[in-house]
Formats: sequence, C-alpha cells, structure tokens
Amino acid sequence: MLSRVANSIYWMARYLERADCVARFIDVNTHLMLDLALDQNAAQWYPLIATSGDDEDFNQRYTQADERAVVRFMTFDQKNPNSILQSIFRARENARTVREVIPVEMWEKINEIYHLTQSQSRKRSVADLQDYYREIRQSGHLFTGLMHNTMSRDMGWQFAHMGQMLERADKTARLLDVKYFLLLPHNDVWKDSAYDAVQWGAVLKSVNALEMYRQQFHTINYRDVTQFLLFSKAFPRSVQFCLEDAEAALKTLTNGNGDSKAAREMATLCRTIRTSDTSHIISTGLHEFIDIFQANLNLVDEAIYESYFEN
Amino acid sequence: MALETYKTDGFYDELFASDGMAHLSAHPLVEQLDTLSRAELKRRQKLAEDILYQSGNTFNVYGDKKGTEKILPFDIIPRMVSGADWAKLERGIAQRITALNLFIQDIYNDQKILKDKVIPSELIFSSACYLKPCEGLKPPKGVWTHISGTDFVRDGDGEFYVLEDNLRCPSGISYVLENRAVLKRIMPAAFHTLKIRPVSDYGDHLYKTLKHIAPDGRDDPNIIVLTPGIYNSAYFEHAYLAQQMGVPLAQGSDLVVEDDKVYMRTTAGLKRVDVIYRRIDDEFIDPQIFRKESLLGVPGIMNAYRKGNVALANAPGTGIADDKAIYAYVPKIIKYYLGEDAIANNVPTYICEDDKEREYVLANLDKLVVKAVNLSGGYGMLIGPKSTKAEQKEFAALIKARPRDYIAQPTLSLSRAPTLIGNSIEGRHVDFRPYSLYGEEIFTLPGGLTRVALKKGSLVVNSSQGGGSKDTWVLEDEGEAN
Repeated sequence: MLSRVANSIYWMARYLERADCVARFIDVNTHLMLDLALDQNAAQWYPLIATSGDDEDFNQRYTQADERAVVRFMTFDQKNPNSILQSIFRARENARTVREVIPVEMWEKINEIYHLTQSQSRKRSVADLQDYYREIRQSGHLFTGLMHNTMSRDMGWQFAHMGQMLERADKTARLLDVKYFLLLPHNDVWKDSAYDAVQWGAVLKSVNALEMYRQQFHTINYRDVTQFLLFSKAFPRSVQFCLEDAEAALKTLTNGNGDSKAAREMATLCRTIRTSDTSHIISTGLHEFIDIFQANLNLVDEAIYESYFEN
Repeated sequence: MALETYKTDGFYDELFASDGMAHLSAHPLVEQLDTLSRAELKRRQKLAEDILYQSGNTFNVYGDKKGTEKILPFDIIPRMVSGADWAKLERGIAQRITALNLFIQDIYNDQKILKDKVIPSELIFSSACYLKPCEGLKPPKGVWTHISGTDFVRDGDGEFYVLEDNLRCPSGISYVLENRAVLKRIMPAAFHTLKIRPVSDYGDHLYKTLKHIAPDGRDDPNIIVLTPGIYNSAYFEHAYLAQQMGVPLAQGSDLVVEDDKVYMRTTAGLKRVDVIYRRIDDEFIDPQIFRKESLLGVPGIMNAYRKGNVALANAPGTGIADDKAIYAYVPKIIKYYLGEDAIANNVPTYICEDDKEREYVLANLDKLVVKAVNLSGGYGMLIGPKSTKAEQKEFAALIKARPRDYIAQPTLSLSRAPTLIGNSIEGRHVDFRPYSLYGEEIFTLPGGLTRVALKKGSLVVNSSQGGGSKDTWVLEDEGEAN
C-alpha cells in the first residue's frame, strides 16, 4: 500500500473517531445538566475544555467558558483543529485521497456528515444541536459498521482500525479526566458524594457503557468505573481493549516482526497498561496517570509515522 | 404532459422527428415521460441532483469562503442514439483512431507522410504539440492513443460530424458512468422497456487495455493511475477510475525512478510500477525532459519509458494528432495510411496559416466559428453569427498576429435535445463524446457524454461556460438511423 494512502486512511479513521468522541464529551454535560436539574448558568463547561488538551488555545481566544463558547469551540470553531467541524473536514480531505480503497458508502456518508455540519454551524446551544450530536454519534457507529462489514482485512483496514483504536483509547482516558476537572477546585476527586453515581453515570452513558458496566458492577462508584473504562478486557471502548486491538492490527501489519520502532513503542505502552492497577492509580492520582499515558500515546503515533508513512 | 407543447423550432432534434412525433426508437421513452407530471419531473430532477451531490463529485464555488460546493449541472432527460447510428459512429471512430495512431508513430519516426507531401512539414514543426523528445519513440505494441474521446455534433442534416479528436487522456468518463447510475435509480422503468446498452463494464475494459501494454515478462503487472492531486478539477474522476479498476491512485511524489525503473513508495518499501495511466499532461510528466519547474511529475520517468521498463497511457506526444490544424487533414491521413475513405464526417476547416484560406476567413468572420488550435474548454473561440463587431475585430487581429494558432469552420446548426428547464421542457443544443480504448483492439464504450448548453440558444456546451450533461442511451435496436 502506498505510504501516503496508509497515512491518509489512518488519519481518516482517527478524525472520524475524534468527531464522534467530541460529540460524546458534550453529551456528558448534557446528561449532567438534565440529571442534576442544573440550569444553564450553573452547568460547568470548562472541564470539557480542560480535558480536551486545547485549553491554552481556548483561553487565548475566548473570555468566558459558558455553553455558547464551549459549544462553538468544540463543535464549529474553524481555528480549533480538534473541533468536530475540523475533524470532519480533515476526515473528508483524507478520505478524498483514498477514495479508491474505501467503500463508496463510506465516502458518501462522510460527505453527508460534512454537509450536515456546514448547515448546522450557526447554532450555539446544546438544545438546538441535540439531533446533530446524535447524528454524529450514530454515524460513528455507521462508519465502524461499514469498515467491519465491507472492507477486506487488508493493510488499509488494519491502518484504519489501528487509527480508530488509538484515538478511542486517548478519548476514553480524557473522558475519565472530565470528572477530575468537574470537581476542581475541591480537588477531592475520590470522595464519595451524593451525586457520584449520577456524575459517573453520565460519563458511562456517553460512551454507551452504562448497561455493560452494570452487568459487571451493578452499582456506580469511581473505583469500579475507573477499573472498567481503563482495564476492561471485554468492553470495546476501554483503554486496554482499544490498545490490545491496535497492537494486534500493528502485528498483522508487520507480519509479527516486532522490530519496527512502532512495534517497540506500542509494546511498551501496552505493557504499562497491562501492569497497572486501579488502586495504585488512585493512590498516585488518576489525572497524573492519564497525563503520562497520553504522552506515551503520542510516542506511539510518532513511531507509526516514522515506520510506515515517512518512506 | 410536459412534452405535449414541445417545439423543435426547425432544429434537428434528438428525440423528435417533428413537433409531437418522436423518432421511432424514442417512442417508449417519450411515452413514459408523458405519464409524468411536471411536478414529478421536477421531483426526480431534484433527487438526481441530491444523489450527485452526495456522491461528492463537486467543485468549490469560486471565491466562496464558506466552502459552498456545487455539482456540474445534470439534466434527467436522456439523449438517445439508435443502434444504426451507433454502428456507423463506432466504425468511424475505430477507423480514425487506427489512422491517427499510425500517423503519430510515423511523425515521430520515419515521417513518410511529410516526405510524400500529404501534410506540409511546417504545420507539424510549428505545432506546440509536437514534442521533440518523443522522436524515435516506439511505444509498447505500437499503440500511442490508448484512451481517447471523440467529440461529435449532429448538424441540421441529421449527420454526425467529428469536431475534435481528444487524444490526450480526455476527462468526462466518470460522468458517463455516474449519470447512468443516477438514471437507473430515478427512471428504472425505462430500462425495462428499452434495450439500453450497458456502460458499467468500462473499468474492466480499461484494466485489460492497460494490462495489454505491460512490459514483457511482467505477467502480474502493477498498474496505477497517476493524478496531479486533489486540487485538480478532475481528481474525482482519477479516484473513480482507480476504484473501478481496484488499482492504486498515486501522485508524482509517491513515485521514484531508480536504475531507469519506476517504483512507488509503500509501507513496505519500494514497489515496482509497470503501467501508468497518467492524468498529468505531457509537459508536466518529467521535469528532466519537459517543464523543469513541474512538481507534479516524476523525474526520470521518460528514460524508464524509453527503455521499456514502464508503459505510459497515453504515450507522450499524441497531442500532435489533435492539433486543430492537423484535424483538417484527418481525411487525407486516413486515406494515406489505410487507403480508405473516412467513414466519420469531418467539418470543412480553413487553416489560417494558409494565405488564401486566411483571406476567406477574415472576410467571413461573421459566419464562421474560429478556434484556437491548442485550446479547449470553449476558450479562445469566436462564434461568428453570435458575435459582436468588436469581437470580430479582436479575432481578426489575433489571426493576423498568429495565423498558425487559428482555424475556422462553418457554423453548424447543432442538434437539440429536450431538456428540463424550470418547469417546462425546452430544446437545448447538445454534443456527444464517446470514449474509446485501444489495446489489443479498439473498443468504444456504447454510451458517452452528452453535453448540453443550458443557456437558451447557446452553442457552447462546455461546463466552464454554463453547460451541463445528460445520460446517453445507445440502443440495442437495429432500427432506423435517426
């Protein structure tokens, strides 16, 4: 496969997943507002920005982290490279350069979502955008379905799948972090509170994890939610599950040759996750753990670039 | 309903023999169209546009910052070509391409046709399309023009005339295939009652044509499509063709030449490339040989080609045979190489380089169509009867300054086809471009691109000048020639 094509298909999948995840982030807050009967002024929107990693950019260009500003920044801001609009635009530009290797339906759906995003881009309230966010999340399922059901398991698929899984691991980790910022400045993340079940419930719901979680743990508490979203070997959005899948895709790509830089970095990252446990993480700080995890994830991404796309 | 009041206005019409009387082969279509209300026609037109929009074959509206995108205009009422008409067109095209291919081979090698004074040598050597680096080239299997699209128009007498031989990988085939896919969805009933010849196997034919020219010994050749990139207006088509054949779509930067062999950069290192369907113009394909500043091409590719290590479709240099001044000589070219009379009609052409013919042209600018010999897309053109005195003056000056760059032809009375305009169906002028492949044999896809001038009375069908397209149905029937 052409290196350029491999690079594009990897990023197409990452950007599509990113758009989906941003819509899910916003969903967390929507559920919180409804469940806690918060009015719009009382709702905290800044945690979404803080966990996105784009807080510096936001603070430079916005004065207030209210609903309008956060919705605009995360959804339609052209200057925010990680907004849904930009993610969809970039996914489409990447898809455009790999049209010959992806199913027609996939291209058409990306196109449709792109045009839909353009047509919604003047709206600023979550209430007005409910249907739009739902559509983004639904199409995330559709893209994955198209990939799984219509693409041969050749190199293109492996790169796309790896991209999607790495992006998802990153975003699930960040989502866990929302709760950390939600409770600032109290800084008492691990204290059980009356709203705990509600707040963690919103986090689980936004990644379609609530039912699966309940089957395993029945009641909601931070320790089990962390365990589930970081280390579940069975739930397909948990960080460990995503990484194992990404590593498997990479192994297929290298024909089991663990010698590439990408394979080495990936093995290191997976080992870190496999050998970590919830109690230890909680005692040293979830937020700190996630920070280190994300730095390592970036190393993997860079190594993939060097090993496969740079040729 | 919408066709009851349709007027042919004295033009040759592609569906109607006269007002209220469809051509025999068009009867079933006209009957079906007649059962549709105007509202239903409009609904289907809108549906067709939505499908095309969703397919993403769109271009950015120039100067629009919001990134508004548009499709090329499309008209849902198909154009039809009877079986008998098609049979003649097909034979005419095959004859032309065979002769033009021999001509190109001769021009870059023995130049017999010049020595025999059938064509004036000056006309060849003064052409911007004559490429000196191609002298002595002998492309694999002797084929230069693997992919071509011949432009026809139908005159008032009902006869088809060739307007241009497009021998430099012309674009548009993706519209042929897409338009058909759309009509199958919005007018399925017509496909049951009419025997419409299929076009969907174009990708198979194209792949076989390209495989045929693979270098000897490369039994499982790596065939690719080479595009200038996503900013090229025909990028959609390049991707589409790669997809139809299931082959890689590469850009110049994906390719590298080592030891006179072409390789592509893959995730597993370099991989040899055997056949390139290139959609990059001759001048840009190899900065070592042609334009030095080209970033689109592949340095060294011409040497690899000369050594026979890679095949290019089309071969470089084919432009010499679709120079509009050479066009005038095509009937003589056919006679010279094949000993046959031309089957497809040529439009009488005045070459402004010739003193006598130029005098005639200058005296009759208000009646003739003047064309620049090396421009396409409807640019550099004067349509005499529709021009102002000022425009005629401008062209007179251009012709006098650079006579070699211009030719003139009588203004044809282009045929019209019923076209949905707003709420009604009106006649609009059309042309026709069938696409041909030259591999082991010559194959012309039974269909083609019908371009339609949507502006009332306009004769310019180019998309850059307000033209749209229609699906073209070539019928299986042996019936009357329209």
